Amino acid sequence: MLQKRILVCLDVREGKTTKGVKFKGNIDIGDPVDMAAMYYEQGVDELVFYDITASAEGRGIMIDVVRAVAERIFIPFCVGGGIRSLKDMNAVILAGAEKVSVNSSAVRDPRIISDGAKHYGSQCIVLGMDAEADASMKSGYGVVIDGGRRKTGLDMLEWAREAEGRGAGEIVLNSIDADGTREGYEIRATRMLAEAVGIPVVASGGAGRVEHLERVLTEGRADAALIASMVHYGDYTVGTIKDELAALGVPVRMD
Amino acid sequence: MIAVVDYEAGNLTSVVSALNYLGVRFAITRNPREVISADKVIFPGVGEARQAMGVLRSTGLGDALCDFAVSGKPLLGICLGCQILQDYSEERDTPLLGIIPGRVRRFPAAEGIKVPQIGWNTVEHKPSRLFRGIPRGSSFYFVHSYYLSVQLSGQEKSRWVTGTAYHGIQFAAAVNKGNVWGTQFHPEKSGPRGLMLLNNFITGMD
Repeated sequence: MLQKRILVCLDVREGKTTKGVKFKGNIDIGDPVDMAAMYYEQGVDELVFYDITASAEGRGIMIDVVRAVAERIFIPFCVGGGIRSLKDMNAVILAGAEKVSVNSSAVRDPRIISDGAKHYGSQCIVLGMDAEADASMKSGYGVVIDGGRRKTGLDMLEWAREAEGRGAGEIVLNSIDADGTREGYEIRATRMLAEAVGIPVVASGGAGRVEHLERVLTEGRADAALIASMVHYGDYTVGTIKDELAALGVPVRMD
Repeated sequence: MIAVVDYEAGNLTSVVSALNYLGVRFAITRNPREVISADKVIFPGVGEARQAMGVLRSTGLGDALCDFAVSGKPLLGICLGCQILQDYSEERDTPLLGIIPGRVRRFPAAEGIKVPQIGWNTVEHKPSRLFRGIPRGSSFYFVHSYYLSVQLSGQEKSRWVTGTAYHGIQFAAAVNKGNVWGTQFHPEKSGPRGLMLLNNFITGMD
């Protein structure tokens, strides 16, 4: 049967992996290629690289990092941050990325989703969606862009459905409220989204303990859970997390 | 020499990376004559069946693959490449190469079943040279909206299915007829077990 995926996210700034809290202040924590290789050895199912400066400062993405990762690890990985055009997509796909993720740029011009899906297939196009609780929205959650700094006025579910209709193959839902807190994923929004769309949903933001993953993968109906701090600081390895999840009855890849 | 067929269906970077990692000599080719004269052929692909078949027809690569298949030399289709080995796809009503009998269908919409299937699924396989050393129930990485049916047209069970997986319904994860093999999953993206399978194809089919 299809297993629940554990994704590790590496935020990359100027070729270094970095980690911030609630989009404020970042510290460098290592070389993204070495870290990718380490998580691959530990059994991670997929990796996500975000060029965190790209969106705000118009920086291009780090093609050399992507190429080096593709030579050393043999699992899928996604690249996001600063993908604004088919040309940007082409560069990371040719460098070896399996998927590209669009976020702010897709809100500004949703055609990037349809154009990307037409050229590379839906399986290639991931919608990254930053959402925060917003009582003025029908679903109770609104979409924010530019690293959480700007409200869009879009309802989380409406935007997700539009992206699915345009050919997005997967959605990463990142909760701005939970991100960096290590207090657990935003279960309610994740479940609402997972039940509203027919494509896989990846939960992101807030993981601190294994029970948080277990909850979002069962009660939250997520197809995959994205983690960062839990493994970046050495509190856990991907292997120990998967061992615990398996013991809790969550189907994860153990080989 | 191993030929990797390039027919504008997805990019070849991940297959190339895996073959480099395994230290094997290979050539990426769009030339039908190079395909026919190769010792082994890897036929990858991601994308849409009808468009891919159009390219295979117009370039002569489709005929070259059919000729290669009857030569008795090992051929491995991956993902879309595996589907194209079959007779027919429901994806835009597309006739395929017909090298291994079988049909490609769309995953039915069902409660809790996401399409495309994206992720690691466990494969139950029969013992074979391709899967040598790989335990039954190992996980491989799949990305697809259409699947190889375990049945031929009618209700007859296909005897060419050599590995199955489950996503709402049982489907063929791997097929084999003589020297021709196909995997719906991506061995080049399936970690150490996937690399082992590729290495089996490279070193162990003679």
